[in-house]
Amino acid sequence: MKPTIERVPSPIPPGEYFLLGDEASADGAVAAGCNFFAGYPITPASELMVRVVHRMKEFGGTFIQMEDEIGSISAMIGAAWAGARAMTATSGPGLSLMLEGIGYAAMTETPLVVVDIQRAGPSTGQATRPGSGDVFQVQFGSHSDYEIIALAPWSVQEIFDHTILAFNLSEAYRVPAFVMADESVGHLREKLTVPETVERWHRPARPGAPPFDTDDADGVPPMPAFGQGERLLVTGSTHDARGLRKTQDSEVHRRLVERLVGKIRRAADKITRWETYNTEDAELLFVAYGFSARAALDVVMELRRRGVRAGLFRPVTVWPFPERALIEAAAGAKDIVVPEMNWGQMTREVERVLHRPVVALPQVDGEGMRPETIWQGIREIDVVSREGT
Amino acid sequence: MSRELYPNLRLEVFPTPFCAGCGHGILLGAMVRAVNEAGLDWDRILFVSGIGCAAWIPSPHFAADTLHTTHGRPIAFGTGALLANPELKVVVISGDGDLAAIGGNHLIHAARRNLPLTVVCANNHVYGMTGGQVAPTTPIGDCTQTSPWGAEEPPFDLCRLVDGAGGGYVARHTVFQIWQLIRSLTRALKFDGFSFVEAVSPCPTHYGKLNEIPTLGDFHRRMRGLYIDRKRWDKLSESEREGKVPTGELISR
Repeated sequence: MKPTIERVPSPIPPGEYFLLGDEASADGAVAAGCNFFAGYPITPASELMVRVVHRMKEFGGTFIQMEDEIGSISAMIGAAWAGARAMTATSGPGLSLMLEGIGYAAMTETPLVVVDIQRAGPSTGQATRPGSGDVFQVQFGSHSDYEIIALAPWSVQEIFDHTILAFNLSEAYRVPAFVMADESVGHLREKLTVPETVERWHRPARPGAPPFDTDDADGVPPMPAFGQGERLLVTGSTHDARGLRKTQDSEVHRRLVERLVGKIRRAADKITRWETYNTEDAELLFVAYGFSARAALDVVMELRRRGVRAGLFRPVTVWPFPERALIEAAAGAKDIVVPEMNWGQMTREVERVLHRPVVALPQVDGEGMRPETIWQGIREIDVVSREGT
Repeated sequence: MSRELYPNLRLEVFPTPFCAGCGHGILLGAMVRAVNEAGLDWDRILFVSGIGCAAWIPSPHFAADTLHTTHGRPIAFGTGALLANPELKVVVISGDGDLAAIGGNHLIHAARRNLPLTVVCANNHVYGMTGGQVAPTTPIGDCTQTSPWGAEEPPFDLCRLVDGAGGGYVARHTVFQIWQLIRSLTRALKFDGFSFVEAVSPCPTHYGKLNEIPTLGDFHRRMRGLYIDRKRWDKLSESEREGKVPTGELISR
């Protein structure tokens, strides 16, 4: 019996709100049924944690401020295995510390949500300034092979929606899920509409079923909890279907890692989400995500007014990367341009997928992506001659 | 191994991987007896451990929920599990390197919070699983792979550390003081607040061999002279206490 996703009445009163992105994410978490939050203060994600403190009190969840981010992610994993829906919010430097736990969560197939309000790095960088340089960190930050899911919201509405979606995807596939907002979205204040009902995943109860392997085609075993008499063995070492350490068995290791990676890669077409704007006939295709996509859309609209066949492909899931959809959207494009608030991280991914040169438009000045950056960047491309064609 | 322990163990994973003369097997048995003495439900108890030899005491040997975590973090994992399900009895069992070096920050903050978490530190004064490197508990002058001419840094007194951080219950015994150890573990498990038991455990393989304590018997003789019951300790003069360590129930508040 596979679990189902249900629509439940939103615990946050439906209606219109005017909120910060950070605050909307906190409300989205509550709407998703989050009942455990462990965190550590960090700019620009602190507003999220502060709102969660009040929301947990209001809705009966648990909040704890841990001694550091390693403690936060560790407490979340313990809580998730005790039956909770756990979340934290952080930014690059905190995420760097959490990677140990991210790897452990991937290895033990622990569902949890990390909201990463990205700021300008590397290192402490510019704490109050936006960046989007955690593209690779969320997917490849911890050692060795594993898969995660990462969503990149571009609005206050979407950070609310994505926080709910991150919980449901994380539960459905038993992987850590990230909401990769940038500071520009986290500190953006705009309208949020909370719907009457929200989707919520219910953990399947299959007493006695092995928690770390399955013959089911999706490769996702059911998630039990401590205290249910299952007498679970949970370990970050290589383990068999029951969780027993098998640190010398090459077949068990191969099978486990293949499943950890395979359960996401095989389901990529089901998980990936993207949006396209005027891509059907686009000769000039922008690929942008998060806040940068807002600037890119502005440029696309202006180019269209001038008669240039421009379009925007916006990855909504950064991981898994929407490969097939991008290939389709880029089929007729002469030029591909990737504006982003880092030194060309997604540009690499776009090049890898499309096997062709891509124009990178990095803006790493600690400012939100400006349309002018994109206008300047595309001067090299002969846009003018395409006007009116 | 006594048959009375069988119902609470995963017998299929025995024998233990512990070396000849290792004290961790004694602590393993003491822990099972203490859980039963305290009358705890094995379906409602969670054992959390980190990385190192001592982390293998509960995982996979105990027939209960076990969580074998990353290095140094079992207290943080246990804190989350306890808060998410306060009906669980959460017991951390790990080594001195795990709890006092890489995990030291989690230890002091857990003691400060005084949540009803029981932490048992199997202290063998050395990193055993990695071959015998110096630990923050290695006595000055003792030799290890990374202090071949004798440890130069002063060690932690873990019980005083937890006391200072605010832990409600603190006890220390060697694994040779078996009945006292079981009694303190039982009280720790029943204590309403943060409880800490340091179980001093011999490591002949990696610690003893470099310090002329090659066998369990040699450890027994040596520890009997060094680890002094608190009642006797209280009567010793300052000079008589030099180099010795008090054992027993040290804090209960």
